Amino acid sequence: MTAEIMETPAVAAPTSQPPHPLREFWGYFAANKGAVAGLVVIVFVVLTAVFANVLAPHSPYLTDTTIALQPPFWQEGGSLTYPLGTDPIGRDMLSRLIYGSRLSLLIGFFVVVLSILIGTVLGLVAGYVRGVTEIFIMRLMDIILTMPSLLLAIVVVAILGPGLMNSMLAVALVILPHYVRLARAAVITETSKDYVTAARVSGAGPIRLMFKEVLPNCMAPLIVQASLGISTAILDAAALGFLGLGAQPPSPEWGTMLADAREFVLRAWWVVTFPGLAILLTVLAFNLLGDGLRDALDPKLKR
Amino acid sequence: MLRFILTRVSLVIPTFIGITLLAFFLIRLVPGDPIETMAGERGIDPVRHELLRKEFGFDKPILVQYGIYIGRVLHGDLGRSIVTQASVLEEFKTLFPATIELALCAIIFALLLGLPAGMLAAVKRNSIFDHGVMGISLAGYSMPIFWWGLILILLFSVQFDLTPVSGRIDVLYYIEPTTGFLLIDSLLSEDEGAFLSAVRHLILPTIVLGTVPLAVIARMTRSAMLEVMGEDYIRTAKAKGLSRLRIVTVHALRNALIPVVTVIGLQVGVLFTGAILTETIFSWPGVGKWMIDAIFRRDYPVLQGGVLLLGMVVMSVNLLVDLTYGLINPRIRHNR
Repeated sequence: MTAEIMETPAVAAPTSQPPHPLREFWGYFAANKGAVAGLVVIVFVVLTAVFANVLAPHSPYLTDTTIALQPPFWQEGGSLTYPLGTDPIGRDMLSRLIYGSRLSLLIGFFVVVLSILIGTVLGLVAGYVRGVTEIFIMRLMDIILTMPSLLLAIVVVAILGPGLMNSMLAVALVILPHYVRLARAAVITETSKDYVTAARVSGAGPIRLMFKEVLPNCMAPLIVQASLGISTAILDAAALGFLGLGAQPPSPEWGTMLADAREFVLRAWWVVTFPGLAILLTVLAFNLLGDGLRDALDPKLKR
Repeated sequence: MLRFILTRVSLVIPTFIGITLLAFFLIRLVPGDPIETMAGERGIDPVRHELLRKEFGFDKPILVQYGIYIGRVLHGDLGRSIVTQASVLEEFKTLFPATIELALCAIIFALLLGLPAGMLAAVKRNSIFDHGVMGISLAGYSMPIFWWGLILILLFSVQFDLTPVSGRIDVLYYIEPTTGFLLIDSLLSEDEGAFLSAVRHLILPTIVLGTVPLAVIARMTRSAMLEVMGEDYIRTAKAKGLSRLRIVTVHALRNALIPVVTVIGLQVGVLFTGAILTETIFSWPGVGKWMIDAIFRRDYPVLQGGVLLLGMVVMSVNLLVDLTYGLINPRIRHNR
């Protein structure tokens, strides 16, 4: 049988050792200063989130109206006990921001992992089965793409009810089409290649073909899209929080914090400035990382 | 060409059905009885409950309900708001010009700044200016605009007292809505200060809504220009001794604009998403704020109608962009 031929692959010993793929990747990645800066910020945010209970000077939930709306330490009336001031009901801003990083990262990773899982399966199915199934799945994704993203998320939250979990599900649905399209396109180009035919000839079933053969070879665009997806997820979930449809108070989610602080914009600049700055920096970092990953992983851009 | 138009238009039908399904199920997927949900915590007496069930047609089989719904939509009947009892379509018609006015100003703002910035960045590639434009536009692209709006209010309204905090015009003025576009209506009115007041109210919302499109347009213009500048015909133009200014503005820009125009078309969805947030921040009386308010009032017919109408608008604009694109660029229409 053909399997016997496959068992004796002729491997030629490489004459000169090529650089390890990871090392090569890092070479390209490190050349992009923006991407490295993004990575540094992300590592910082991740560490903050992991060690939130050690780093935060106060509880993010403890209210004390006697110290409400204290300015940051460098302003008159501020103190180092509450370095970034306090919010309208006397909670420490810094501690809330630190705990908020946990929520934002959780949102980003949960949403992206969920849409990658569902998106890849749908995309693989569409690209492998073709026919009516493909048309149905892809038209559905087109419809999702047609709707303004936040509007669709709002509709989903209106149906499911406001809350952190439901807003994450809503955002996951909104970014789903990107992964479905990527996975489908990758499957269609990959399945016509020789190595897939070889695997099929040696008796691999469709599931094995999809997940063991094709999927690892279309990881690069998925990784790039994942990084950009995290930034979209954090931004959209924060927008839902700001509209009062995402995480509910007293949760220290950055968007929700902004919604709480909105009416105090005229009196206390710090309660609106810091949560938004945290969102901006985190989202920017993931966008920079995504751009850097794309440049480093896309062979067409390599010189 | 006719074939291209027909195929492209026929692709709209499934999208239309999809949007109507979404709007249709919006009311029906809400957990619990939709009427009770709309009535809120006060409850509702059984007679009225039954009456409303009949009125909304909830007592019929689901497919029949959908058929009735589609029939009504095609006749322009989108139901009535539970809160105001006004026709949803009529409310949408009154509020939509405010959103359009804001969105148009935002896109014009984005174009006026984004095109020259992207062009200059491409011409002065790798200069400090180029890096600056790219850095700023990446930040703009990552901007949580709901925060950006608050920060601008903090700076321009609170610190410098330059711009008003909310609304479309000072309460001093009453402008008869003839076109619905306040800039035009206030110009037509006798009041001298009205136009100025309308402009002052527009500045901050325009900047906030225009920020993300501005970033996208600047980035897109730069990369399109870079690509075009490497083409042979540009080299020919240089060899002919044409001035640099003429090459950049006449020869290169014209071709670089094609992808940029597409991107602008695709920004419509982004604009409506942004409009929802911008209108909420500045209490701008447009459809975005109307829909958000509807969620909190549990005014589901309004939300349903709004989703349907906005979905239709985005769908139509996308279709128009595709058709014009096919018109400008023959390669597109022969590809299909």
